[in-house]
Amino acid sequence: MKRVRISNAAIQPDQELATLLGLGGGALASFTGIVRDDGGVNAIELEHYPGMTEASLYRLIEAATARWALLGAMITHRVGIVPVGAPVVVVGTASLHRAEALEATAFLIDRLKTEAPFWKREHYTDGTAKWVDAKASDEARAERWV
Amino acid sequence: MKLVYFASVREAIGLSSEECDVPLDARTVGDLVARISARSEEHACALHDQTRLRFALDHEMVASDALLGAAQELAIFPPVTGG
Repeated sequence: MKRVRISNAAIQPDQELATLLGLGGGALASFTGIVRDDGGVNAIELEHYPGMTEASLYRLIEAATARWALLGAMITHRVGIVPVGAPVVVVGTASLHRAEALEATAFLIDRLKTEAPFWKREHYTDGTAKWVDAKASDEARAERWV
Repeated sequence: MKLVYFASVREAIGLSSEECDVPLDARTVGDLVARISARSEEHACALHDQTRLRFALDHEMVASDALLGAAQELAIFPPVTGG
């Protein structure tokens, strides 16, 4: 089971992950990214590159399933305006035992951060907005998996 | 070739996409980006520092020394910040 979904509407992590239950494995690992209240931020806006976004997320899932024995892997990413406290991304994997699912989930979110074409803009309570800069620490985490 | 721009690059240029005829002597992504930056002051401002930009040819992330080949679409954008 491999699934990529881009959503303009609110995402419910439990519903997204339900697809990984009942695959016969003993492990389901997941990561949910949530909009942080970073000093006056009331929402973020996510822009993406339709077509390339889906292709790059599928490539990551293919790479994860080639590297670990997974029964399933899914990524759901929100786009548009997302308020503080709401989920932005859900990554989940299922496997027979926990090690594969835990590692593959970390791999998927680390690589998504540096390879998938999404851009975040923070909207502040005073009405201003600013594009978020990429972090060197995200590059370093992604390179652990090379 | 179709050029597409995202995020701060799109805003600086003031366009989300445009067409361009690839000059015969532009072999790599970097060559073409240097040509495009001569189109206007806005293009120059957005594209002059290629080290701060990322590129995709037909939906695949590439380095600035990648050959253009027969690609149909070049995307130019800042480093990605999803997740």
